[in-house]
Amino acid sequence: MNQTDTVTTATSAVPDDLGRFGEFGRRFVPETLMHALEQLNDEYQQAQQDEAFQQEFRELLRQFVGRPNPLYFAERLTKYCGGARIFLKREDLNHTGAHKINNTIGQALLTRRMGKQRVIAETGAGQHGVATAVACARFGFECIVYMGEEDIRRQKLNVFNMRTMGAEVRPVTTGSRTLRDAINDAMRDWMATVEDTHYILGSVVGPHPFPMIVRDFQSVIGREAREQCLAQTNRLPSEVIACVGGGSNSAGMFYPFIDDQDVELTGVEAGGRSDKPGEHASTLTFGRKGILHGTFSYVLQDDDGQTADVHSISAGLDYPGVGPEHSYWKETSRVNYTHVTDDEALEAFQTFARLEGILPALESSHALAQVFKTAGQRNADDIVVVCLSGRGDKDVNEVSRLLGQDL
Amino acid sequence: MSQISRITQTFADLQASNKMAFMPFVTAGDPDMAATKAMIEELSRRGVNLIEVGFPYSDPIADGPVIQASYTRALDNGLKVADIFLGIEELDTDNLPPLVAMVSFAIVYRIGVEEFTRRARQVGFAGLIVPDLPGDEASEMAEVAKKVGLDLVELVSPTTPPERVERILQSASGFVYCISVAGTTGVRNELPTALNEQLEWLRTKTDLPLAVGFGISQPDQVDVLWGVADGVIVGSAIVRMMEPVSESRQSVDDAISAVGNFAASMVAETGK
Repeated sequence: MNQTDTVTTATSAVPDDLGRFGEFGRRFVPETLMHALEQLNDEYQQAQQDEAFQQEFRELLRQFVGRPNPLYFAERLTKYCGGARIFLKREDLNHTGAHKINNTIGQALLTRRMGKQRVIAETGAGQHGVATAVACARFGFECIVYMGEEDIRRQKLNVFNMRTMGAEVRPVTTGSRTLRDAINDAMRDWMATVEDTHYILGSVVGPHPFPMIVRDFQSVIGREAREQCLAQTNRLPSEVIACVGGGSNSAGMFYPFIDDQDVELTGVEAGGRSDKPGEHASTLTFGRKGILHGTFSYVLQDDDGQTADVHSISAGLDYPGVGPEHSYWKETSRVNYTHVTDDEALEAFQTFARLEGILPALESSHALAQVFKTAGQRNADDIVVVCLSGRGDKDVNEVSRLLGQDL
Repeated sequence: MSQISRITQTFADLQASNKMAFMPFVTAGDPDMAATKAMIEELSRRGVNLIEVGFPYSDPIADGPVIQASYTRALDNGLKVADIFLGIEELDTDNLPPLVAMVSFAIVYRIGVEEFTRRARQVGFAGLIVPDLPGDEASEMAEVAKKVGLDLVELVSPTTPPERVERILQSASGFVYCISVAGTTGVRNELPTALNEQLEWLRTKTDLPLAVGFGISQPDQVDVLWGVADGVIVGSAIVRMMEPVSESRQSVDDAISAVGNFAASMVAETGK
């Protein structure tokens, strides 16, 4: 890792057997987890080759999740921006209202394949927790969701949803009491329970093979968008834009376009209140290479390797690390990473709702803010595809509070 | 470096007199480095054979609640890696039991593998345990450690399959840290029965001493390990004794002497 790695062109043929995306990824976890990770990796390799598994996954996405969702031409948004034609990939129309369920359904199938009956998961705002609870209810698995005490207080609706679906929501009271501590606690649980428990990690982070598995299950987003764009416009998009926290919706969106060199890819991080440490969650913009949650990637940490505090208006982007494949795409310049502030995202949330009659998630509002900033500079022949990763119902409490309006 | 390491020598001496090693774990900087230094000196006086020094880390996934809480306390007090090194440097480490640093690879990588290892050696550590650097990722680190004369201790868990054990042992030195249970650090009442079988099997695979950790908290747990393990490690049970200090219910001196008494009771078992 210390030798100078030659930066090459990004390819979709990653990771390698060691879980490396270029120099990023791999496994930096306690020995107790290594066997579980190898077992998961073996099982996943077999599942990939198993047509019956893939068929069942596709069928569940169709019948249970409601896929394919539309690639929708945003006519008034296009007119408002006055440049490129803008299309929305409608992940907000999935069951549970976000992209997270693509991954939890896939991993639930893996859980059953491994003969395990108990599932654990971490959640920040609760979207992945809900998507996991839904998948576990669908398959009849015991489900335990680790959630920071702070987040439980802020996300009562999602906590209620999870419990209604039979999941146990276990409060995390250590450290910062938020998402990163929930991941720590889920990993601790897993170390003691690997024999009968699968850990459904919610983003393209963590040790190999998670970044690969989550990307693969999420890449249905980009595959559909690519086919739909070709079918509807007879060409590929000029640019694809998605928000990046841990990076699962963006990885799923970008991955099928990686080898289409002419398609520009733009990842939008949470710029928070300012560029000052602790006030944003722009890991790829301001972070540096390091270790967090078992993977080597860009990370926000201090000079001693201690994880930094982060902030974003959007709980789903409020994470001090990022998936290793994103670091690889940054390093190879395949994806351009930028960031927008809390205020810009909040403004995009409101303007977009009025223009299109769609309430976007605050996460997705970051991608939309980037569209508002740049689509007007493109010409009318250009096509911009945005991943509308989730709907904004979960954010109305927070947004109304920020706008000083009573619900 | 063909010289026998201090860790190797320590275990060899104990084995020659048919004793087990007792290796307590202390969290560096809980509540400050002055206390940690006093604690190390007290443990030495009480006859412990090696001492593990934990570098507080913000996201210690292998650790249970007791050790994590101690890490949080130390970091909240502003502890830096440089403070730990300075504190250890002030000790007369040649006349103390070998000190082994327990440190996350997140910290080692940020400081720099070479620089961290060199500095650790310079201040007087005899070995390193990097719990989130599993054997197959450790070859580079093992090479650097060897170059500067530090042992790199590898961990083996109850879930480690035999073929992995053999790979892991290739980069190991000093001793093998045998994790007694699948799970995190923390006090448990009983050790699993499969542990002895794994230790006996490990014995056929390596000449390195075998030290057992995770879950050990009292002298009577030593008995079942006689003849199969070369040493026992106690962490959470000791770190927990520092909790009253942070809650201002006890003075640092009293807490350290309580730890000393506990260490003496352990040494009475391992050294008999």
